[in-house]
Amino acid sequence: MSDRLTNDAVVKVARLARLDLTPDEIERATEKLGDMLDHFADIDALDLSAIEPMNQPLPIVNVMRDDVVEPCLDRDEVLAAAPQAEDGRFRVPPIIGFAG
Amino acid sequence: MSQPTWTQDGYELVVGLEVHVELATKTKLFSASPNRFGDEPNTNIDPVTLGLPGALPVLNKYAVELGMRIGLALNCTVQPCTFARKNYFYPDMPTSYQISQYEDPLNIDGWLDLPDGSRVGIERAHMEQDAGKSTHVGGGEGRVHGAEHSLIDLNRAGVPLVEIVSRPDIRSPEQARSFVNELRAILLTIGASDAKMEEGSMRVDANVSVRRPGAELGTRCEIKNVNSVRSVGRAIEYEARRQILMLDAGESIRQQTRHWDEGDGRTHTLRDKEDADDYRYFLEPDLVPVMPSAEWIDAVRASLPMLPAARRTRLAEATGLAVDSEAIGSIVDRGQDDYAFAVHDAGGDIGRAVVHLKEAFAELGAEPALPAADLAGLTRLEVEGKLTATQAKTVVAELIEQGGGDAAAIAAAKGFEAMDTSELETMVDEAIAAQPDAWEKFRAGENKAMGALVGHIMKASRGQADGKLVTRILNARK
Repeated sequence: MSDRLTNDAVVKVARLARLDLTPDEIERATEKLGDMLDHFADIDALDLSAIEPMNQPLPIVNVMRDDVVEPCLDRDEVLAAAPQAEDGRFRVPPIIGFAG
Repeated sequence: MSQPTWTQDGYELVVGLEVHVELATKTKLFSASPNRFGDEPNTNIDPVTLGLPGALPVLNKYAVELGMRIGLALNCTVQPCTFARKNYFYPDMPTSYQISQYEDPLNIDGWLDLPDGSRVGIERAHMEQDAGKSTHVGGGEGRVHGAEHSLIDLNRAGVPLVEIVSRPDIRSPEQARSFVNELRAILLTIGASDAKMEEGSMRVDANVSVRRPGAELGTRCEIKNVNSVRSVGRAIEYEARRQILMLDAGESIRQQTRHWDEGDGRTHTLRDKEDADDYRYFLEPDLVPVMPSAEWIDAVRASLPMLPAARRTRLAEATGLAVDSEAIGSIVDRGQDDYAFAVHDAGGDIGRAVVHLKEAFAELGAEPALPAADLAGLTRLEVEGKLTATQAKTVVAELIEQGGGDAAAIAAAKGFEAMDTSELETMVDEAIAAQPDAWEKFRAGENKAMGALVGHIMKASRGQADGKLVTRILNARK
């Protein structure tokens, strides 16, 4: 197993991602993510000083649109798809208890 | 010039500001729904705003242009930039991430000069999308604490923002207020935002810390929910005092996000500050880099209007008033300086025009309905000594009410005729006779004593005497 990643770090990342993982799942995720970090460490070990950093795999820049309004979605149709709605708005559980 | 510094009990204050401004575009940053305040909830929504699977963001070119305008007006370098995802869970952002700029912001390394002559560095001004609006139901006064549930309106989600991050160069609450005022004036002048703090289109967060002068920077707290320029100063001052009390009691400051409560005038803990790591920033895979060409940057730079600082200098030089005087500041704030120059161009006296603009034109906006030539006519009468300052005020009020007119005719209709000098000389004689003590004190060099003499003459002439002329006669007699 990789020593690049601890269980605690995985628990923290899982909490940030709102994933409710069992102890077993944490073990497995720690191992898999550790393997990935090992792989990146292999890449890190290469001398890449002559290679331009790549921000984006596509060889294009400046994809933009004009500032022109287009029709919106129908509110009632959208809210009908939400678990709960009230007063034309999405109704969600209390936020402080919800945040971690 | 000197810069005001706030100190208490041997501590100095260090403040950096983060100002979010909503851009004055027609549509959102990455989708074509309207960017409009005050619409019915959830009417300006589309698949990108809702974070529906498969929906792809497409960058609004005009938003980038407004972002560049802000950067250039703040003396920043505009550079090639990328977008990143800032991940966090909050129901006002259905994607569970905000598209922002992290490693390569659009604008870096600028500065803002304040009217007092101090300079505040600008670290960066980057683009990002706004979140939706939450209304908390149950609990006290719409606060998030104790709420039973929340209602989400996503009209604002995806509205383009520029976040302007200052360097920690601010040393007093007044300087922070002045920064916000000056920034707001610039944003309005360049048409980048309507910058209304009360509507949330300009939001100020303050990073506040204290330290012994010369020491390393102290631990900072970020103050949110500061909704007016006045609150900016109050919140910073409260927070600095709180931190000093804690340090003096031997406690340490925890890095926190704190909430300013306008009602009780205090800051309250909102949450311990997240590390940037917790946001797990990574490059937004659905957007390509933006590389503004030199031509585009030059064209945007060339399109910038004259900025408030330059306009204040221009008006101050034309009138002889101090560049940081209230008259110059308020007239430029209202955008009436061009009107002042129009009065000048119409043959009027710009100094007298500024006096009238400062008071009588406060509510008239950048383009007063009164033709500049009519105000010019009035100022000529004043300069020629045909109207006193008090009479001129009355005529100005009349001109404004009528939307224009001939100042001389209005003055004549009101029976305003300048007194001739001999009449005034007689009044001065009478005043000296009536107030011999004041006269002696005045002659002995006590200038305050002149007030009693001038007052006597004003009363005797029922306000018709020209104060300046009276002063001149009194000084000549001395």
